Amino acid sequence: MTAAATPAASPATTGEQPGVRLARSRRNAELSLLLLAMALVAAYGATVEANMLDTVTSDFWMPAAALGIVFIGLHLVIRFLAPFADPALLPAVALLNGLGVGFLRRLDLADAAPAERETLAIFAGIGGRQLAWTLASVILAAGLLALMRDHRSLSRYAYTLGLAGIVLVMIPAVLPRRFSEINGAKLWIRVGGFSIQPGEFAKLALLAFFAYYLVRKREVLSLASRRFLGIDFPRGRDLGPVVVVWLISLMVLVFEKDLGTSLLYFGMFVVTLYIATERVSWLLIGLVLFFGGAYLAYVLGESVGGPFANFYLRAQIWLDPFADPLKDGYQLVQGLLALGTGGLFGAGPGAGQPDLLPEVQNDFIFAGIGEEVGLFGLSALLVVYLLIVERGLRAALAVRDSFGKLLAGGLAFTLGLQVFVIVGGISKLIPLTGQTTPFLSAGGSSLMANWLLIAVLLRVSDGARKPVVGGGRAAARPAGGRPEQLHGALTEVIKP
Amino acid sequence: MNAPLRRVGVVLMVLFGLLFANLNWIQAYKADEYRNSDYNGRVQVAEYERRRGNIEAGGTAFATSRPTDGTLKYLRSYPEGEKYAHVLGYKPVNLGDTGIERVENDFLAGTSDQLIVNRVKDMFTGGESGGGNVLLTISKQAQNTAFTQLRDNQVGATKGAAIAIDPRTGAVQALVSMPSFDPSPLASHNTNEASAAYNKLEKDPDGPLKNRALSETLPPGSTFKVVVAAAALENGVGKNTPIAAGSSYTPPTSGSPIRNAATSICPEPQVTLIEALTESCNTGFAQLGVKLGADKVKEKARQFGFEQDDLTVGHLGEDGLSVAASRTGTMQNADGGDDPAALAQSSIGQRDVRMTPLEGAMMAGSIANSGSQMRPYLVRQLLGPDRTTSYYTAKPRELRQPVSGQVASDLREMMVSVVDNGTGKKAKINGYTVGGKTGTAQSAPGRPDHGWFIGFALDKNGTPVSAVCVELEEAGSGGSAEAARIAGRIMQAAIADPGGR
Repeated sequence: MTAAATPAASPATTGEQPGVRLARSRRNAELSLLLLAMALVAAYGATVEANMLDTVTSDFWMPAAALGIVFIGLHLVIRFLAPFADPALLPAVALLNGLGVGFLRRLDLADAAPAERETLAIFAGIGGRQLAWTLASVILAAGLLALMRDHRSLSRYAYTLGLAGIVLVMIPAVLPRRFSEINGAKLWIRVGGFSIQPGEFAKLALLAFFAYYLVRKREVLSLASRRFLGIDFPRGRDLGPVVVVWLISLMVLVFEKDLGTSLLYFGMFVVTLYIATERVSWLLIGLVLFFGGAYLAYVLGESVGGPFANFYLRAQIWLDPFADPLKDGYQLVQGLLALGTGGLFGAGPGAGQPDLLPEVQNDFIFAGIGEEVGLFGLSALLVVYLLIVERGLRAALAVRDSFGKLLAGGLAFTLGLQVFVIVGGISKLIPLTGQTTPFLSAGGSSLMANWLLIAVLLRVSDGARKPVVGGGRAAARPAGGRPEQLHGALTEVIKP
Repeated sequence: MNAPLRRVGVVLMVLFGLLFANLNWIQAYKADEYRNSDYNGRVQVAEYERRRGNIEAGGTAFATSRPTDGTLKYLRSYPEGEKYAHVLGYKPVNLGDTGIERVENDFLAGTSDQLIVNRVKDMFTGGESGGGNVLLTISKQAQNTAFTQLRDNQVGATKGAAIAIDPRTGAVQALVSMPSFDPSPLASHNTNEASAAYNKLEKDPDGPLKNRALSETLPPGSTFKVVVAAAALENGVGKNTPIAAGSSYTPPTSGSPIRNAATSICPEPQVTLIEALTESCNTGFAQLGVKLGADKVKEKARQFGFEQDDLTVGHLGEDGLSVAASRTGTMQNADGGDDPAALAQSSIGQRDVRMTPLEGAMMAGSIANSGSQMRPYLVRQLLGPDRTTSYYTAKPRELRQPVSGQVASDLREMMVSVVDNGTGKKAKINGYTVGGKTGTAQSAPGRPDHGWFIGFALDKNGTPVSAVCVELEEAGSGGSAEAARIAGRIMQAAIADPGGR
């Protein structure tokens, strides 16, 4: 408790720091919440076994315990390296990740022969792999926390990250189909039996670049030239960057056949642009461009086909999944039926039939879980996601520098948008796209990238809640030269 | 930058609100529709989580489930194969279910409201008590005899049906439709194999899936004379009253004469009613029908159960195997007056008269049971998963009273005469009084005749013990005599093993 005791004496008084009255580390709160989350994961595991094996084995707690050890390790790292980080983030994410592992293990149990079920090893099957990936992801997140002692240091690598992001996005598009396509979406790099989804990491890299770029250019971009319908619109020549990103996301849509990722990148950019410039016009331009582009792709898909055909088909399935319930609409229909069968209370963990749902371990995990936990359980999961997102936004509100605000705000929004895109997709709110459900879906890339995202949010929230020790010293200490100049960095001179 | 950040927070709240609203729509409002969707395999898999109960008769399980290693935890099988197929039906994974498997599906599956106590108990004990058991009225011996005798019939018929009921209760003692099929492959968990087996049966020109005992009708031929005789008895004709006969009869306004099956049958101008029935005198009954009029004949047939299109055989008071309506067809001109030609032909069970074997057995049964026709049923008892709690025991119900006790007594005497002295001699059973009526019905031009027999057996005290109908489709010459012989054997088996145990 030494970490918490000393800084508590010095009150934080910085201007842009709403909601943080007392600089308390709250690490013990984090630990107790974490233990509660792991207790829930263990209880979930026990219920699954009770339903599937008609008995609770004596080592039902092992996956939860293994996860608990990993997360407590991260908790200790946070205690020392980011003592003022938001205490709700880690337990919330740990709960989702733990339930994800629990559900994947439940799928393994269903696949296993009845005789082997009771003795299924904790690292067996996709559940076991997810457990291993969690371990790796958490170590990576801890590593990022250790390396990046101040989020502003990221801005030093902004252009490198931006370039890396674009390359990562492009790789699957240019790779031959057999190395990059899974289920019709070219989003992967497949080597041997191993596949990674570079787009998941690109998201983070691009966002760091956007944040840096927009802090530099915000003055220019927020310059209004024309007023139309009461809204200030930017000058034509300043539209350049947004058009470039729009084109990139359209290319993703067309060449990687993935509306979700495309929507994600574009939404990410437009929202950071909006946060940076405070101009609603950017949101409008973004929405018009995106929906215009999507509509164009739909029309082209109908008339021309070719690279647009996939998008057209997805839109058709979305409009009426029951038109072809056994072939094209099968997956969405089965997802809806799974959710409907779950009803209000669900069949109970382990008592549903998620194996009837194609891709239940990936895209459709939310529907698979929904069949077993019902509307009430899914609502709780949505609240946990919303909690993570809103805590991220809170960190953005509280942090003092513009780069940090944009970075945390953008990341939190991206996470929320991704949840919206996939959950909306499987529940027929929007056309279905192949997104992973953060922290729940099986898959190392997604898990790792999202844990890195959480590490960044933890770092920013630490920066936000950390008491300012003696003027600018705290800010100056870890990063040194450039990042601190960023806020007042040279901006383009505006020529009227 | 804080104002837009806050707004982004609000936007995300709205997006999550949309997700939440949409999940409510799907999981609450549309839940029932999705749960019961035809494309939803979940409910079906759930059905196989619990062991389905047995369908039994005389202490033997004829439909039973055994555990498997697959996703579907229990496999349905039918140990007796073809023998009980049309009674049990089948319970496939991917196709529609039929027979008792369909009628008692809820109870067998354990999802019936009656078994809710068991399900609640399961929840607390963690056990899985399985579905309930259905006990049939079938007599194993009678069913066995009906199946083998029909299959090994001596006239080479490939299609036909036999049904035996207990006249006092309506309990079905035997129900066989030929050709039959093995239901087990249809219940295969390999749905492709099951579909293939089904399609093969479906395409078979002999129609093995048809339940000829209940849902197929054929012209009943002379067995219909019983109806005309009943109408005559109620209209002042006594069993010994002479009626007009002759070797040939040409109804007015019609060119084609009605003749008898052989020249030795009732060539004399007048015979008594009992003689006419005993010898199966066509000319006598044609003239009798014309004299009675279409209304009286049709009304009597209706009272015996013709024209009823909503009868089911299964669980009394509930669902059952559906029974096709037997029809008398049209016997009138367009102006509403009788058409003597049609009426004459209808009176000997030709023209548009059509009957199910069940209707034949019910007619014979009601005559044997002093004019009281009992509602036929197959389900005798529903036994809980524990095999001790009874959830239902059939209480026999009268369906209707086609004839008075006196008319029934006269008809009984006349039908006994048919077996003792007439065309139905082969149905005789030692130590029992057997009555009946044969029938030979013309089928399509150029095709062999159908052979029929409807009859009953009474014990020494005059108590009816069995009523039966055997039908041999396109059996040709000797068909009705063979039907009488088979009917006798079935009733003999039913006497030895009355079923319902």
